[in-house]
Amino acid sequence: MSAAPVPASAAAVETPLQRIVADFAANRLALAGLALFALILAAALLAPLVSPQNPYDLAQLDVMDSRLAPLARAADGRFTYWLGTDDQGRDMLSAILYGLRISVGVGVGATLCALALGAALGLAAAFFGGWLDSLVMRVADIQLSFPAILIALVLLAVLGQGVDKIVLALVAVQWAYYARTVRGSALVERRKEYVEAALCLALPARRIVFRHLLPNCLPPLIVVATVQVAAAITLEATLSFLGLGLPITEPSLGLLIANGFTYLLSGKYWISFFPGLALLATIVSINLVGDQLRDVLNPRLQR
Amino acid sequence: MSALLEVRDLRKHYPVRKGLLGRAVAKVHAVDGISFSIAERETLGLVGESGCGKSTAGKTILRLVDPTAGTIEWRGSRIEGLGRAAMRPVRRELQAVFQDPYSSLNPRLRAADIVAEPLRNYERLGAARAREQVAWLFEKVGLRPDQMVKYPHEFSGGQRQRLGIARALAVRPKLIVCDEPVSALDVSVQAQVINLLEDLQAEFGVSYLFVAHDLAVVEHISHRVAVMYLGKIVELTDKRTLFRDPQHPYTEALLSAVPVPDPQAKKKRIILQGDVPSPITPPPGCRFHTRCPYAEERCRREEPAMTEVRPGHLVACHLRTAVQP
Repeated sequence: MSAAPVPASAAAVETPLQRIVADFAANRLALAGLALFALILAAALLAPLVSPQNPYDLAQLDVMDSRLAPLARAADGRFTYWLGTDDQGRDMLSAILYGLRISVGVGVGATLCALALGAALGLAAAFFGGWLDSLVMRVADIQLSFPAILIALVLLAVLGQGVDKIVLALVAVQWAYYARTVRGSALVERRKEYVEAALCLALPARRIVFRHLLPNCLPPLIVVATVQVAAAITLEATLSFLGLGLPITEPSLGLLIANGFTYLLSGKYWISFFPGLALLATIVSINLVGDQLRDVLNPRLQR
Repeated sequence: MSALLEVRDLRKHYPVRKGLLGRAVAKVHAVDGISFSIAERETLGLVGESGCGKSTAGKTILRLVDPTAGTIEWRGSRIEGLGRAAMRPVRRELQAVFQDPYSSLNPRLRAADIVAEPLRNYERLGAARAREQVAWLFEKVGLRPDQMVKYPHEFSGGQRQRLGIARALAVRPKLIVCDEPVSALDVSVQAQVINLLEDLQAEFGVSYLFVAHDLAVVEHISHRVAVMYLGKIVELTDKRTLFRDPQHPYTEALLSAVPVPDPQAKKKRIILQGDVPSPITPPPGCRFHTRCPYAEERCRREEPAMTEVRPGHLVACHLRTAVQP
């Protein structure tokens, strides 16, 4: 029999998921990041319920209230502008909550699409090999040799503005990371005997790829995806700041920062500052979670 | 004796690629012309030291790698050139048990799903019927049905190998290629798994191609044994003859290395000099002449053919003469 004592009850055996959760919770900072991100996500999702004003409804805006400092009362005394107003008289807090909604939505949406596309291409490349592998990986190489912002700028210049278009541009920029990551781990998994066993069972290729290869390649993909959500949000903010991202009627965080940029030197810091802070908090919280996930899921760092 | 599997002059060469363009500069002669057959309900042991090509031979027969040359006949029809779709019905009858009980089971699937997968692939079974089948298979390989919901990491090495056997057995194959199925296990567990394989052979009439490097294990389970050296079969005969009266000098040396559980036993050990030559540049003539204690001039020039030194006993050595019919 094996030398190690066999646990008597099944409950004593830690499942991989339980171990991951326990390891993750060991880092306080990562937990704080997770909590902050959960808060931001909740605020973004519940924006219509929690924000004092609908910033997209022009009838609710009062031009008399434009560029008010934080904590100012509204002219008609309805509520306090906690974070001030912008040059349209828009409540910054509401604008930020709605902006987060768009930024996080675009970031997560683009990441999921890029993940699906990149993972499918990378898995196919690793499983089938040959010319398909060469084709996919060379396209990815070429793609990654250009700066992401350049590709996104060119695409948006051609496609025009809109949420769908920016998601498309982000997917075009990011799929290559997933394709490379998943190909690397799929090549390792491909050599394992359980894949040979699946081949011996004459399972259809898609079943081997999605049921056997993909679940075993997920950990590195999750890590890359977490980091890439932050990158996608940043890139979207950058593009919006440059005026190429989302239309002005649906301001994301980047556009809010751009709106206040002109007033930054005239002492009206809050129009840019608070959206910037929200963006920073989002990115940092996601990166904290991503870093810890990377450590937890890295087999070489396992205790 | 009707042959289930008939392998003739099977070769597998791997190219050694070098340089920017990946030109093939040399070939690894992993399997270099082997022939054998396996009858129904028969176990053929395939032994040799590591790197002699025995695992590659198994994988080529399973069509996990494509042969460079030679034919593989499965129940009278050739399968070495068949495509994915055409192999499907053959694969149902030709299954495999792998060496590493840790990597041969998908860690993300439950034990029941691992064993049910072949059933789902080949038979349209309802969920209840499939469960019943899986429970029955669990019982056949000595696992408890309540272990069906567990994941592979919750099993011991021996139990995992039983799972692998259950998976192979699920579609009722005619031949199971066992690629060193017990070499990763403890000795006591090895015996259990070997006995299980024998019981299953008696019950289901399955044949085995049993690839191993452990002579004691092979002696126990095989009916006939083929000894491989550097990509070639050097001797092939029934188990009893091979262990009592080996004809090839390599087999002799191999058998003399088996420890005897008797401290008083005096035994002539044949210790071979040197290393196994590289399979990239195998020596001319007899592959074994560089280490053979009896090598003659002829051995360095001419490659010996497999000759029948007595009925059913094939040896590839110049020093043994064929039986006169």
